[in-house]
Amino acid sequence: MTNIFADFLSSLSLINLGLAFSGVLAGIIIGALPGLSATMAVAILVPFTFALEPSSGLIVLGAIYTGAIFGGSWSAILINTPGTPSAVATTFDGYPMAKNGNGDLAMSISCMSSFIGGLVGVICLALFAPPLASVSLKFGPTEYFWLAILGLTLISTLAEGDNIKSLIGACIGLLMSMIGVAVVGGDIRMTWNISFLNSGIEIVSAMIGLFCIPVILDLTSMKGKHLSDSETPKNLRLKESFLIVFKKKFEAVRGALIGTFIGILPGAGGSIASIVSYGEAKRASKNKDNFGKGEPEGLIASETANNATVGGGFIPTLCLGIPGTPPDAVILGALLVQGIRTGDTLFTQQSSIVYTFIFGLFLATIIMLPLGLLMGRYAYKSIIKIPKEVLIPIIIFLTIIGSYSIQNNILNVYFMFFFGLVGWILNRAGFKASPIVLGLVLGQIAEQGFVQAYIIGNAQDNILANYFARPISIILVIFILMGLFLPALKKIYNRRKNAQTN
Amino acid sequence: MKLKSHFKRLLAVLSLLILSLSGANAGVTNIIPFGPGGESDVTARMQQPYYKSIYNDDIVVQYKPGGGGSVGWSSLNSEKGDGSVIMGVNLPHIIMQPIAKGEKAGYKTEDVNVFSFFHYTPDAILVEASSPYQSLKDLLDYAKQNPGKLTFSGSGTYSANHLLIISLNKKAKVKTTYVPFKGTGAAVQALLGKQVLAEAGYSTVAAKQGKKVRMLAVASEERLPAFPNVPTFKELGYNIVSGAYRGYALPKSASKATVKEWSDRIMKINSDPAFIKQMEDNAFVVVNIGHKDVKKFMKQQQKANKAIAKELGLIK
Repeated sequence: MTNIFADFLSSLSLINLGLAFSGVLAGIIIGALPGLSATMAVAILVPFTFALEPSSGLIVLGAIYTGAIFGGSWSAILINTPGTPSAVATTFDGYPMAKNGNGDLAMSISCMSSFIGGLVGVICLALFAPPLASVSLKFGPTEYFWLAILGLTLISTLAEGDNIKSLIGACIGLLMSMIGVAVVGGDIRMTWNISFLNSGIEIVSAMIGLFCIPVILDLTSMKGKHLSDSETPKNLRLKESFLIVFKKKFEAVRGALIGTFIGILPGAGGSIASIVSYGEAKRASKNKDNFGKGEPEGLIASETANNATVGGGFIPTLCLGIPGTPPDAVILGALLVQGIRTGDTLFTQQSSIVYTFIFGLFLATIIMLPLGLLMGRYAYKSIIKIPKEVLIPIIIFLTIIGSYSIQNNILNVYFMFFFGLVGWILNRAGFKASPIVLGLVLGQIAEQGFVQAYIIGNAQDNILANYFARPISIILVIFILMGLFLPALKKIYNRRKNAQTN
Repeated sequence: MKLKSHFKRLLAVLSLLILSLSGANAGVTNIIPFGPGGESDVTARMQQPYYKSIYNDDIVVQYKPGGGGSVGWSSLNSEKGDGSVIMGVNLPHIIMQPIAKGEKAGYKTEDVNVFSFFHYTPDAILVEASSPYQSLKDLLDYAKQNPGKLTFSGSGTYSANHLLIISLNKKAKVKTTYVPFKGTGAAVQALLGKQVLAEAGYSTVAAKQGKKVRMLAVASEERLPAFPNVPTFKELGYNIVSGAYRGYALPKSASKATVKEWSDRIMKINSDPAFIKQMEDNAFVVVNIGHKDVKKFMKQQQKANKAIAKELGLIK
């Protein structure tokens, strides 16, 4: 115990505090710029950390990661474009809030929610890492398949307006997810002989195109300001946002727990976490109808979940040596270069590094709260004040840099514009971007899980049992069935009830 | 006025960003055609400090991922050939992709101007620590009695892991099931979670996972220094030496002198005992294949991989 206390003190050294602060700062800015994702932020910074003490280096990386996941919410709220993939669900209610003149409120709520999410994730990492890591191992291909299907059933929950159009959108996304070389089997599918497409549709550039370009085009074609200013002067609306978040404390913790849990599943990631959390929030909420129109509860659900994946994702990374999220993969590589072995022995033999790191992450989360609130207010004011003629070129410039820098490839920029045009046309026809992106993200996970489960089931001579007779699968299937049929059953029940009373 | 100052500050932030991005172009560039965090990235990172201390210059690692490396390799020859850019290359990838995908791979094996290979990660068969199988023989006995029931997780299709299982099936006359996963991490997860009975992975998996896994056999020439108790396939009577070789290539426009210079640089780092130790601790096997030997080595590998491709029915 005294040891852990010493680790805590060492994480509090002046240099570590300074590093955590600048890490969060840099992370927020990088995360807020569309296309510059948390993964990239961490990857760029890795070489610099080699000059530092291993634990200090880790603290910077953790701080950047934390900041970037939060920063992703800014562009989601202000320009309807997820700054990082994790912020997809933040656009659902964040942007409508900004449109309604509550942008400052949204920025503050998002910061507080990210803080809660980050905190819950880190606490789980500090206290329950080894047992939670063993839970993540219970997830085999079958469970990943059902988890992805669960995510897909949420489309009907997420959909604003037309259900059929959302489903069509999701199918477009699913089809797009099959482009490229199949992981299982190696077949080359729908690439039209463009070798660039062998690796499939690059999700971040597709996302920038689908979300951001329609906003820019609308902005250009319509009169009036981008966002209307709120009536209240620059006071961050701190009290108001605090009260909202406090009132929704259980929802916030639920979102954070969902985020932590999905974070510990390697390969699932922040985007799925925030979408599942959003879907569950909407399902459970009394204000269902307000979701998608600027409901703070939706924002809270998404932002608590995605920041909780930071701590959650480190659980398999540190305990099993299996990266929980893409940025974790980069950090794992950095650990290896520094000669730190992850896995069982890390928590026993090199525990001081681990605990210093966890405290550093904790510290970064705490620093994020005041820093994020202050910077958020500034960012919001800038976006409000900048004239459209200046704002639009800046956003376009950022989308180009962002999509280029994902793979250092100009083709990504062309694809981003292509998707932008497609997204704009579909948007006009009433198809939203989110079901398409959802299909694109979940399609790959669902397909791989399905085929792997089939191969394994076939080898065991019992394919059906491998899909349906595993405990976690059964729970997931029940959730899926509930999601699909409960609303319909409720409707029938209500109709009967009404008929009786009439 | 207020507006202007906002705008100015924004411009300042943007220009800082651009500066920091362009600043990354100092030194020589090492393009890794995969994402960060993989073996190619990690070993390139390990070379960085040695390069710096020998040549007083930086190697800047950039990533150009996509298509299992093919996006990078198909753009290699449009890079500058003056020695300021090198690109990571991997075997069997640069041989198997053009065989498996033909034109669609986007490049031909001959287009990749490889000048050296500096290490490889031998293929290995691993089981989870609590598995009843203590040796490769145990595992293969099970496979003989239960055709098709022995499941291996591995990374990717037509990858080094996949090719190992095909060779083993043929040489041990067994029928087993290979389950491809996306990346080594997912394959290890399936092994530790007992979704599969064994993994076709790399020796590095055993180094990373420690006591959680048991390596039954390794496809290197000799036993690995970090694992003196793990037999090679050769010792066990299966003539398999395979794995993923990693090295570097230059654009075709590079002069002979540039090729020699770069090959010498990589080989010089390879001769540093501290570097060798760091590599061996993580179960990488250092090999010294410089520009003089690389053509011959590539021919051998092509021959071996083509034989497997025939086995797979990819070529006639």
